[in-house]
Amino acid sequence: MNTFMASSFGPALPEIILAIGVLVLVLVGAFMGNRSNWIIGTASFALLAAALLAVGLTPPTRTTIFAGSFISDDFARYMKALVLLGSAAAIALSSDFMEREGFARFEYPILILLSTIGMMMMISANDLIALYLGLELQSLAAYVIAAIHRDNVRSSEAGLKYFVLGALSSGMLLYGASLVYGFTGTVSFPGIASSLQGEASIGLILGLVFLSAGVAFKLAAAPFHMWTPDVYEGAPTPVTAFFASAPKAAAMAMAVRLFIGGFPSITESWQQIIVFVSILSMVIGAFAAIGQTNVKRLMAYSSIGNVGYALIGLATGTQAGVQGIIIYMAIYLAMTLGTFALIIGMRRGNQYVETIADLSGAAQTHPWRAFCLAMMMFSLAGIPPLAGFFSKFYIFAAAIQTGQMMLVVLAVIGVLTSVVGAFYYIRVVKIMYFDEPKPGFEKLPDGAQAVLIACSVVVVFFWLIPSPLVDSAAHAARSLFH
Amino acid sequence: MYHAIVFLPLVGFLIAGLFGRFIGARPSELITTGLMMVAALLSWVAFISVGFGSGATRVQVANWFTSGELVIDWAFRIDTLTAVMLVVVNSVSALVHLYSMGYMHEDPHRPRFFAYLSLFTFAMLMLVTSDNLVQMFFGWEGVGLASYLLIGFWYEKPSANAAAMKAFIVNRVGDFGFALGIFLVFVLFGTTTYSEIFAKIGEVKDAHFHFIGFEWHALTLACLLLFMGAMGKSAQFLLHTWLPDAMEGPTPVSALIHAATMVTAGVFMVARLSPLFDAAPAALTVVTIIGAITAFFAATVGLVQNDIKRVIAYSTCSQLGYMFVALGVGAYGAAVFHLFTHAFFKALLFLGAGSVIHAMHHEQDMRNMGGLRKYIPFTWAMMLVGTLALTGFPFTAGYFSKDAIIEAAFMSDRPGHAIAFVSTLVAAFMTSFYSWRLAFMTFEQTARWGAGHGHDAHGDAAHGDAGHGHAAHADTHAHDEHAAHGHDDHHGHGHDHKPHESPLVMLVPLGVLAFGAIFAGMIFAGSFVGHHAADFWKGALAESQYAVFEAMHHAPKWVVWSPFVAMVLGWALAWVMYIRKPYLPGELAASQPIAYRFLLNKWYFDELYDFLFVRPAKRLGYFLWKRGDGTVIDGMGPDGISARVVDVTRGVVRLQTGYVYHYAFVMLIGVAALVSWYLIVGAGAH
Repeated sequence: MNTFMASSFGPALPEIILAIGVLVLVLVGAFMGNRSNWIIGTASFALLAAALLAVGLTPPTRTTIFAGSFISDDFARYMKALVLLGSAAAIALSSDFMEREGFARFEYPILILLSTIGMMMMISANDLIALYLGLELQSLAAYVIAAIHRDNVRSSEAGLKYFVLGALSSGMLLYGASLVYGFTGTVSFPGIASSLQGEASIGLILGLVFLSAGVAFKLAAAPFHMWTPDVYEGAPTPVTAFFASAPKAAAMAMAVRLFIGGFPSITESWQQIIVFVSILSMVIGAFAAIGQTNVKRLMAYSSIGNVGYALIGLATGTQAGVQGIIIYMAIYLAMTLGTFALIIGMRRGNQYVETIADLSGAAQTHPWRAFCLAMMMFSLAGIPPLAGFFSKFYIFAAAIQTGQMMLVVLAVIGVLTSVVGAFYYIRVVKIMYFDEPKPGFEKLPDGAQAVLIACSVVVVFFWLIPSPLVDSAAHAARSLFH
Repeated sequence: MYHAIVFLPLVGFLIAGLFGRFIGARPSELITTGLMMVAALLSWVAFISVGFGSGATRVQVANWFTSGELVIDWAFRIDTLTAVMLVVVNSVSALVHLYSMGYMHEDPHRPRFFAYLSLFTFAMLMLVTSDNLVQMFFGWEGVGLASYLLIGFWYEKPSANAAAMKAFIVNRVGDFGFALGIFLVFVLFGTTTYSEIFAKIGEVKDAHFHFIGFEWHALTLACLLLFMGAMGKSAQFLLHTWLPDAMEGPTPVSALIHAATMVTAGVFMVARLSPLFDAAPAALTVVTIIGAITAFFAATVGLVQNDIKRVIAYSTCSQLGYMFVALGVGAYGAAVFHLFTHAFFKALLFLGAGSVIHAMHHEQDMRNMGGLRKYIPFTWAMMLVGTLALTGFPFTAGYFSKDAIIEAAFMSDRPGHAIAFVSTLVAAFMTSFYSWRLAFMTFEQTARWGAGHGHDAHGDAAHGDAGHGHAAHADTHAHDEHAAHGHDDHHGHGHDHKPHESPLVMLVPLGVLAFGAIFAGMIFAGSFVGHHAADFWKGALAESQYAVFEAMHHAPKWVVWSPFVAMVLGWALAWVMYIRKPYLPGELAASQPIAYRFLLNKWYFDELYDFLFVRPAKRLGYFLWKRGDGTVIDGMGPDGISARVVDVTRGVVRLQTGYVYHYAFVMLIGVAALVSWYLIVGAGAH
């Protein structure tokens, strides 16, 4: 048995730990009801920690199991670690929120864990079927989480919208997958790659377009982004924080694995899709955000724009580009979670407020929080020496290194839209520092505080010791280009 | 020693300027004045040792910058010309510092005032000691800055600010030419250092230069451009308009900057470059003509002005014209000599006028004076000395220097000398007339400042003066009253406010300057323009001048006597019109209204320039501001871009309707667009 585990299922150990743990927790919850909240919450952390440990112990070598459907390599390990950290942060952020809002349910951490398993499957998927399984597991859990505040009409609406549109995108993805299968005769990425020698047929390209649409929906990349602002605004804030963080990293990893692993020889063909989606995402993310008054909607557009930047790295199809994506997603996670930790802290007079104007003068009432948020905003705007500058830098550098005209133009557009983006990020800073102060917020919950400190440290001090992140990202990227 | 002479005023400036408000006004005054005294004494030592010994030298201070072949040093070129200027600048400056301690006694901003004075002195010293054109330009702009700051010293007065700006802007025109001249000199000679330029004149004498479509004689062009700078700084005809307005500054400033020193910088520059100008005879002719016109023009305007300072200002302008005439006809030494003597008697006149103004509680209109001799006898005596010297009364300073110029103009064989002779002679007559008119209106006649002459009484109605002057004067009075007599806002010139003699600290400088005004000519004439000139100048000026000096001594008797006759006639006419028959001026003005107004309004130069330059410039500026900057740059730039951003934002946000089927529709359109794209370009085409 041990040898079997070690040789066959070993690489899937993190997923297995989480899956078994989730089943146990469901039973505990079913028997104990909402009294078990704290047990399940704590156990969820323990499970995520165990899974993280297991990811750390997984051998760095490239191994496939389940008849090649499941792959484990450096890239997978890196991205899984990122996803696990993101999920843990999402749970930490939610701890106090649910109780205060009166919908604390034991299902919430369990659903996050289920979604996390789905994400890890997405990261490790090595064929179209595994990819779809992971995607659906992640999505179904996410639909429920979005609507978890059942008494709240906005939350319910958000869940419903997410579900309907998600179903549409799943359909497109499946349609695309079937086309690809039809034109290549295989669903496995390496199989597809080896069958594609020379020109790609138009049918295969159409399949790729539909596949991309499904992936782009998960990434919330334009023009498949329409659900994002509504869902981000309607869902409870910790849920939004979760949506904006770990699933993005997982979907990005899936996209990288799909395009680079499955279609390496026809890069020029799918590159155009990515470029199109990337430009549209950056432009919409930058321009639409200017018109927002709600912080969560603002962050929705911010995440759309950020996905656009990360997609530049994918469009290059090079190792440097993938390395850029990995760094980008790690730093993006830190910036987003840190910002949401502060948004969760916006509670005044027994209710949560979420307009930008509510932040006015926060620098006087909460100097430290305002400072952290200012750092997050400057970082998102890409101002050195904060981490957000470097994440963009690696991406743009990778695009320019290729020397391809189209990618250089793409990088230039990226720089220009980040100028527009800087406006609304820095406007938040201006409102906090130069406007008339409003009454103070309540104390920041412990979970949010912990997340905030961790994220702030990453964002502010990344430039001092960048090598752990950058070097491991380089390893991870190399594992894709064996 | 030369370091001390040049840098002591800078030290004074830094102390008073940076720490004036901490150490207080009195210490600031004492420090700056004391340092200036030391510098002035050292200057006389330098003057004696250089002029009457062999002290000429070059003092290298530092390398300023090196760029390719362009090597610019901070260095002092010490020769007789420099020594003369050092004496003039530092002596007058020291006396003006001293005088200002009395004159500015009530002003709350004295540290700033004394700091500016010292800054000016330092810049002027940099100018006169310069070893190359670039350093001269540094000093040139430095004195321009100080002049601007001091004219606008009473910055609450709009008229003072306007005058300061006018001075600065008019000087920009001249400085533009000066800068171009320096560039051209560098192009021609490959250096800006005087000694190297002079050594190379022979080589480039016949060079030509292509400029704005013409072949120019290169040296003539260079000299004309340089002279343009001199015209601006020395307020020569066409660029003279700023000097009368500069009288808005405090009177000691007028004495120091706008009479004795800065305005002579142009004369100094041409004298310094005399070997260069000597090789460009056409340029010298221009210098002669401009000088002659200025001497005549300014004198005519001076005839009818009523503001005591403006009369002296136009007199200064006119005397500067004399100096340029001397330069133009090749009598460089005579120009510098007149500069030297003029500094004494013109500073004396200005400081005397300041004393009168002080006595009259900041009244400047001569029509409200009269009969002051009894009340301020010492000032009267000093002004009398100044007037005698200015008009060229025998054996005073002006007699030697001015007559030398008139004789040189007659005896020279350079083109234009005849015009110059006539105009300087006529100007001498007019000089005598307006100087005595000033003296008579101020000190003789009956007192017109008695009861009923409250300050408020002479607003616009009392001033039949030039159009621009009105507001300015009203402001002047209002301000000065506040500055000097803040304790009594509403006092007029009532019986109990009799004119009073100025304090000793103001009278001592008058005495010293009067001494110079009487004896400077007598003592130094032989050295500057006489038989010892060659020994005195020792090559500091172009050698050709000695021939002119020699010719001067053989001038016909009638020429020698003519300035004296002109002076006597001027005095006699003034006496008749202002003592004997004081009703005559009014009648004359009434019978010749056109000529009177023409002169009173200064030949309408301000109006002409306003029409030709100021208004078009304002219109252009307004156009560029509203259309160019507002519509084009802001419209296409910041404003336009932000407006487009907002438009795009509005459009994108409007897409976000909240309806699921809209969202699904957008997704499908996205897919459809991608599919269409690939169908059109073809899958393989990339």
